[in-house]
Amino acid sequence: MADRCAIIGVGQTAYRTKRLDVSMAGLLREAAKRALEDAQLTWKDIDAVVVGKAPDLFEGVMMPETFLADALGATGKPIMRVHTAGSVGGSTAIVAAGLIQGGVHERVLTIAWEKQSESNATWALTVNSPFTTSLVVGAGGYFAPHIRAYMRRSGAPDHIGTLVAVKDRQNALKNPYAHLKIPGISREMVESTPMLWEPIRYLETCPSSDGACAMVLASEDAAKKAPSPPAWVHGTSMRSEPMTFAGRDSVSPQGGKDAAADVYRQAGITDPRRELDCAEVYVPFSWYEPMWLENLGFCGESEGWKLTEAGATALDGDIPWNASGGVLSSNPIGASGMIRFAEAALQVRGLAGEHQVDGARRALGHAYGGGAQFFAMWIVGSDKP
Amino acid sequence: MPSDTGPSEPNHVLEFPGGYTRSVGPVIGRFLSELRDGRLVGVRTAAGKVLVPPSEYDPDTGEDVTDEFVEVGPAGTVTTWSWVPRPAKEHPLGRPFAWALIRPDGADTAILHALDVGVFEEGAKPPRFLKSGMRVRPRWRPDRSGGIGDIECFQPEVTTINAPTRLEYELKGGRALGRFLEGISQGRILGHRCPVCEQVIVPMKGLCPRDGVATSEEVELPDTGTVTTFAVNNIPDPRAPEVPFVSAYVLLDGAGLTMLTLVAGIPADQVRMGMRVKAAWRPREEWDRTMANIKWFEPIDEPDVPFEEIKDFM
Repeated sequence: MADRCAIIGVGQTAYRTKRLDVSMAGLLREAAKRALEDAQLTWKDIDAVVVGKAPDLFEGVMMPETFLADALGATGKPIMRVHTAGSVGGSTAIVAAGLIQGGVHERVLTIAWEKQSESNATWALTVNSPFTTSLVVGAGGYFAPHIRAYMRRSGAPDHIGTLVAVKDRQNALKNPYAHLKIPGISREMVESTPMLWEPIRYLETCPSSDGACAMVLASEDAAKKAPSPPAWVHGTSMRSEPMTFAGRDSVSPQGGKDAAADVYRQAGITDPRRELDCAEVYVPFSWYEPMWLENLGFCGESEGWKLTEAGATALDGDIPWNASGGVLSSNPIGASGMIRFAEAALQVRGLAGEHQVDGARRALGHAYGGGAQFFAMWIVGSDKP
Repeated sequence: MPSDTGPSEPNHVLEFPGGYTRSVGPVIGRFLSELRDGRLVGVRTAAGKVLVPPSEYDPDTGEDVTDEFVEVGPAGTVTTWSWVPRPAKEHPLGRPFAWALIRPDGADTAILHALDVGVFEEGAKPPRFLKSGMRVRPRWRPDRSGGIGDIECFQPEVTTINAPTRLEYELKGGRALGRFLEGISQGRILGHRCPVCEQVIVPMKGLCPRDGVATSEEVELPDTGTVTTFAVNNIPDPRAPEVPFVSAYVLLDGAGLTMLTLVAGIPADQVRMGMRVKAAWRPREEWDRTMANIKWFEPIDEPDVPFEEIKDFM
């Protein structure tokens, strides 16, 4: 039986196109200090540090954990780096939680980040070998065919993606940290933007952001001294699968279904739509909301778009998804998964501010990465598990 | 000024031989002496303000300043500026620059100097990053003589550095990919049949990622197949074909999984799921051990495959 793990501190930077005013270490420290402040702790109270970011080519910094150790107060302490592509923010939090649940440490600082302005993610994601043809497509080009397959398979009408693009940006207007703030965002506005990778329009994609997110995780004993209500980890899961293999379902990958089933079992959840109060789910392209609604078992196959269309996932719906504005509104890639996990924690702590879901007591945080092949999820609650 | 609008050559010149000699007095003298040593100083007024450059009197009151000199800057903030798109020969810089009022840190007044913001062609508009509030520092001349020209100009503070990175590889594709590319170099598409799931994996990897077993049974596949799904790419990239281009998953006839390829030879908006396609090979004399031997896949005159038959390959 694992020890209990609480989230007692959350810190985020504002997410922006370019944070030229800070160094990479400065960006991380900004988030870390806010998380420590939330927990009313100092660097010396931390036992270990777990960091995560997306592929090294994004900023061209190899083994960032080595150059950041002292900047993150890890001198003389364990520090490790987690790496699971876009899901890394989630996986990083899960590795940190494991250090508490395994009884190894009392308080662990975990941070994930990206400083996209230092490079070009599309370049980094499209590095061809001499053996392949050049197919410069970036992340949008990779996911667009799978979205098209979903649309065809589910019979979803064309405007569903637009609805998500609008809904998440409306939510972002209530989140002080969100990057994209588009007052008056509307379906017409989204539909008037060009197709980048048909069927994905410009405003149906995530922005490119600089930013960091940090959390302080604590044992049950350490959480007793926390100044504000903690969130409790009710379950964590990770799954991965190869990017291509015969029989793979790239639209609704088995790895995602398995990870969801695992985390629900740990949290004692049989009907996620009814038993969860809200979810922060990795939706970098608008159509991934209905796709993940199905993959995560919030509804049956080909039914996800109906939930979106009916407004079930809106802030005032029965199962709000991405009240923070989600990845569609802020995307410091390596941090994006941790932001989902941290926002889920903020919701059940009742500290989400203007985008608080009333009475949220149990929430899902979700991240995926690579060619939809790495999955990380946790469920957090206001009550001890 | 440029010669086409400027004055013509003078026909009479007055120049005092050697230049006038001026006494600078104790206040400006101190300022210039400090400049020669690479420091910026101001003088404090009776009201407590720091004047840079210093004067012997407080311009607000006419009272003498105190004898307290204060080191300021050398960093400072631009309070206002004027862009010079076409420098004249008397100007301190030979390329477009700004005259700027710069308030050194710790001073209450601003100093006028040239501000170099980088390399611009003559006539260029001011760059967007040039604005009041910008942080700048002096560029000192190595040989100083005690004049305002000891500061060649001001320049923006360092905000970013460039970190060139280059890694060189000797990539080897491995046995399975090597064999596949050998086939491609002969115009053949080879795959492996998995002994467990019996699906044909192309290009083969020498293993089945799903079953976790080694594969070795070679199968030659035709160069025809079916588009399962695709994207129309509208983002230009120097490494990519001209936009719009179609990247598609093609299920080769007999294969157990799709390959990501280009589809061309048809307007992008006419590409369909289920469309039948065939590889368009480059001329045989250009073939090498690379997938580039196949330019793209293009449509063939066969009826589309019903969605039901391809839906499990997405």
